[in-house]
Amino acid sequence: MKKINNFCWSALFKVKSHIIKRDELIWWKAWGIRVIAVFLALIVCGIVTVSLTDLNPVEMYITMIEGAIGTSRLAWNLFQNTAILLCVALAVTPAFKMKFWNIGGEGQILIGGFTTAICMIFLGGVIPDGLLIPIMFLASIISGAIWGLIPAIFKTRFNSNETLFTLMMNYVAVQIVAYYTLEWSVPKGSGTPRPLEFGQLPVLFGQKYLINILIVAVITVIVYIYLKYSKQGYEISVVGESEKTARYIGINVGKVVLRTMAISGALCGVAGFLLVAGTDHSLKSDTSGGRGFTAIMVSWLAKFDPIFMILTSLLIVFLQKGASKISEVYRLNSSFSDIITGIIIFFIIGCEFFINYKIKFNKKEANV
Amino acid sequence: MEKKIALELKNITKTFGSVIANKDISLQVRKGEILSVLGENGSGKTTLMNMVSGIYYPDSGRIFVDGNEVVIASPKDAFECKIGMIHQHFKLVDVFSAAENIVLGLEDEKGFDMASYIDKIKEITEAYGFELDPYKKIYEMSVSEKQTVEIIKVLFRGADILILDEPTAVLTPQETVKLFKVLRNMRDSGKAIIIITHKLHEVLSLSDNVAVLRKGEYIGTVKTSETNEAELTEMMVGKKISLNIDRSEPQNVADRLVVENIDCVSREGIKLLDNVSFTARSGEILGIAGIAGSGQRELLEAIAGLQKLDEGKILYNNPKTGSQEDLRDKTPLEIRQLGVRLAFVPEDRLGMGLVGNMDIVDNMMLRSYRKGKSLFLQKKNPKSLAEEIIERLEVVTPSAYTPVRRLSGGNVQKVLVGREIASAPTVLMAAYPVRGLDINSSYTIYNLLNEQKQKGVAVIFVGEDLDVLIELCDRILVIGAGRVTGIVDGRNTTKEEIGILMTKSASDEMGGEQ
Amino acid sequence: MIATIIQRAVMQGTPLLFGSTGEILTEKSGHLNLGIPGIMYVGAISGVAGAFLYEHSGAAFNPFLAVLIPLLCSLVGSVLMGLVYCFLTVTLRANQNVTGLALTTFGIGIGNFFGGSLIKLVDSDVPSIALSKTSNCFKTQLPFADNLGWFGDIFLSYGFLVYVAITVALIASHILNKTRMGLHLRAVGENPETADAAGINVTKYKYLATCIGSAIAGLGGLYYVMDYANGVWSNNGFGDRGWLSIALVIFSVWRPSLSILGSVLFGFLYVIPTYIPDISVSAKKLFEMLPYVVTIIVLIITSMRNKKEHQPPQALGLPYFREER
Repeated sequence: MKKINNFCWSALFKVKSHIIKRDELIWWKAWGIRVIAVFLALIVCGIVTVSLTDLNPVEMYITMIEGAIGTSRLAWNLFQNTAILLCVALAVTPAFKMKFWNIGGEGQILIGGFTTAICMIFLGGVIPDGLLIPIMFLASIISGAIWGLIPAIFKTRFNSNETLFTLMMNYVAVQIVAYYTLEWSVPKGSGTPRPLEFGQLPVLFGQKYLINILIVAVITVIVYIYLKYSKQGYEISVVGESEKTARYIGINVGKVVLRTMAISGALCGVAGFLLVAGTDHSLKSDTSGGRGFTAIMVSWLAKFDPIFMILTSLLIVFLQKGASKISEVYRLNSSFSDIITGIIIFFIIGCEFFINYKIKFNKKEANV
Repeated sequence: MEKKIALELKNITKTFGSVIANKDISLQVRKGEILSVLGENGSGKTTLMNMVSGIYYPDSGRIFVDGNEVVIASPKDAFECKIGMIHQHFKLVDVFSAAENIVLGLEDEKGFDMASYIDKIKEITEAYGFELDPYKKIYEMSVSEKQTVEIIKVLFRGADILILDEPTAVLTPQETVKLFKVLRNMRDSGKAIIIITHKLHEVLSLSDNVAVLRKGEYIGTVKTSETNEAELTEMMVGKKISLNIDRSEPQNVADRLVVENIDCVSREGIKLLDNVSFTARSGEILGIAGIAGSGQRELLEAIAGLQKLDEGKILYNNPKTGSQEDLRDKTPLEIRQLGVRLAFVPEDRLGMGLVGNMDIVDNMMLRSYRKGKSLFLQKKNPKSLAEEIIERLEVVTPSAYTPVRRLSGGNVQKVLVGREIASAPTVLMAAYPVRGLDINSSYTIYNLLNEQKQKGVAVIFVGEDLDVLIELCDRILVIGAGRVTGIVDGRNTTKEEIGILMTKSASDEMGGEQ
Repeated sequence: MIATIIQRAVMQGTPLLFGSTGEILTEKSGHLNLGIPGIMYVGAISGVAGAFLYEHSGAAFNPFLAVLIPLLCSLVGSVLMGLVYCFLTVTLRANQNVTGLALTTFGIGIGNFFGGSLIKLVDSDVPSIALSKTSNCFKTQLPFADNLGWFGDIFLSYGFLVYVAITVALIASHILNKTRMGLHLRAVGENPETADAAGINVTKYKYLATCIGSAIAGLGGLYYVMDYANGVWSNNGFGDRGWLSIALVIFSVWRPSLSILGSVLFGFLYVIPTYIPDISVSAKKLFEMLPYVVTIIVLIITSMRNKKEHQPPQALGLPYFREER
């Protein structure tokens, strides 16, 4: 046990408790704490819900489950949404592992969707879908990567604050998309987004969303392998842990930052591609729907592990769908789900403290 | 006439775990007097003074200020006793002006009146002859100006007893002269001043009395006027202790690394390395002795490709091809690509040499992960290397998959050294490889270095314990203030000789002062 | 017409000014609070809820109370949000960015949820939340504003919260630059270790600055509904003004006094397209992009010039725990 409160020995006489960093907690204990946190959060959510509606808590959770997976259509919807959120979470993860705060996922998704839509509008019908779709895919990757690279370039050259930069880039993307949505809408300027007929992703086995889910499944495996088994993934970990060590073994830190942000942006671009070509078949300025931000929480909650991310994104989407069912039944506002999501996340990020630290209460004896 | 005693320590003892940092130390300083606390690195000087300034609390012993016994349990208590300490690492806010830093944290009933504060600062600067612009921002300042701010900060709070920890370590000779001038002014106005140092010429030119510590023990106090360098050196380094470290005769000696006239200047314009030249030979251990912070780190990092140089060459003779390469200003990767097999055990083990949060296997890969054309990591060899090191060097660890930060200091070092020598290097540099290690681990490291020497590696060993350097190394290069002050034969030298070379450094420039 | 443009620019800029002043205070303590958009929503909806309950309480309508009640509700709501942020990031040592984003999700959720459900929850039979009586109190102009021509229009024609916004920004500027408290706060955001060593209570300053900053930002939300939107709540009506406030912080290089001008400029960019003849609806969107582009340019230029005074507080976004040194 490493005692870290060594600042001032006098503190021992005055402070009643101090905080001690734990050694690594055994995995099942750590997960136990997390499960307890989720459980507590669900209780708090239950109290909130019950006080706003007159459901009893059991009914409430049944309603939620019904809302999330009550019918096969709902279940497919749930998986589809989980897949997209997971895709974005996978996208931001390499950057976070490197301790580069990419909170520009929102903009990178939109730009990816935007270039996808451009291809669908201007090449749709001109070239066959079989050729169009790969072009769209490529376009979304490249544009997302560029959108991610811009802040990274300024970070490496001038040390511009990446959190603020990527945040601003989001709204530049939103406004660009908003502009073109209006320009392309039919009739022009009406705001009704133009339906994109060509280049839609194929329906597999009668399931509209299956292809999205499959693509994200593949991406999950790739990202998992990339981070865990590839040389580049290893470099990301080293840079994130200690830039000094990275330099010592000859890693070009700037190059790794640029490369990783390009990957991060590119994967966000893919999410945009899936949203436009595989889900909505249209483009709006709110197509990304806050996923760029939610994904950050998903990735963080999963401790940057792609496999756990499947669970955390499922948890978040499940709560959102379930909560919107409640609000639908009780004719409450659909934002109810955001409140529930917020509460759950507060509890989970709060509980990490109890995994990493323990509070030791000193006996009050003065040992002078 | 005897001056009044300002501060007196009686029988102070402090331990950290099983390590005794200070053992039964007593000393005193009078008003209007400068006391030097002299000792090598790790002799317990700073720990002792930290107890006076409230950072640590002694295990036993008593402290008297102006004849009254006091309890100093926090920096605040120290302030109330009018004691102020100027640490080696300045605690200043970069974007604030000097004046803002000086008044930071003060609670003053009179309200916040910057103009009157600045007047008071100006009074202090004039009284003692400081040069300081109170409006100047810290980030525009030289190290010496920052130090001035720290000193005034302490005086502003009304300190009568000032403690300075290695105040000249970061100063140019000219700045040192200035600092000594104001210190003398302060002494003359009745302040009691303690400076922690290991530079003999400073002790002799500045202080009235010298208290010497060695390995946590109090050796004695002498009047500066009644002593000389030789006596102080002997008090400081002590008698030679035999360690029985093996030393074989060098074989197949050839010049491996030739360093020619290298210069390295810091951002503040201080010469960290000044015209350094030496040769490291294969089959030989070259020791580097010197006071900490005399340029050892910069020297090793320059060779490893981590430090830009302003002048000079670092030539490497490749034993395989016979060709000669200049390593200066190359990146670590470029150096590797030239086929230079350089192993480097840095001083900062967990912050630089290893990644604390990664397990032993992943740390093995730091050096080798690039091998091969595959995009993927190859974990089989690192795993067997990890297991081999654990077995051969007797690393105590639950498994090869334990994060290294959870290992003890000695085991961390074995992992690091083990990895570095695994790449069959031709040059091995190790900075303070036995610092903080217990006796057994230390001998393991000495044996490893000797083994490498017998294999024909050019070993460079930066150490702080002179006994070890003398028994282990074939030749010892002594560095002082970034300059080579001498290269001696490890078999025919004495601690005194090295001690004098270590502290000689800038004394040429300081000659006029003495 | 110029007077009208300036007038509208100021009205557009006022929520941003509140938001950025609050965020500057917060950031000066080293907290990058990305929960500001959520906090502004909560500030708005708390005020709306207070006003709604007061208007429908059946008590005699007192203009003074009609202002005071929503104001207090708004402050309480935003401070609670600030406390959640501090509790998680300071006491429980959670990551600032994740906490902030969760707070934004939560806060916008609260705003839209209660905005959409308030009527149902209190079983009222009004069709929508339109607090015109309360709004009129908030919009009350200075009595002589109408008689002074353009001067009155530009400087005197606003509801009191506009003057509050400017005053608060000036006070914040004064506190930051001219008082001991401001000096200590800046030290906490720049170098918490030094501040701690100097005897400054880092935790206290972080909590205080963040909660007061949240309260100020929340007023931006309140101003938007009560004054700008005439007391009519519409979901997501506040839009991305919260993020724009954070942009304004960067634009004004962490100086509240500069952000007064910045807010008018941002407001100006927002309203200018309506005054350009024959401009298409879509082109308006490009104008709305300008504040962000300008902010990015400012961010790039300041980092290129690397002048220390124009950088974000050095410890911005970084955790500080004394024991982990």
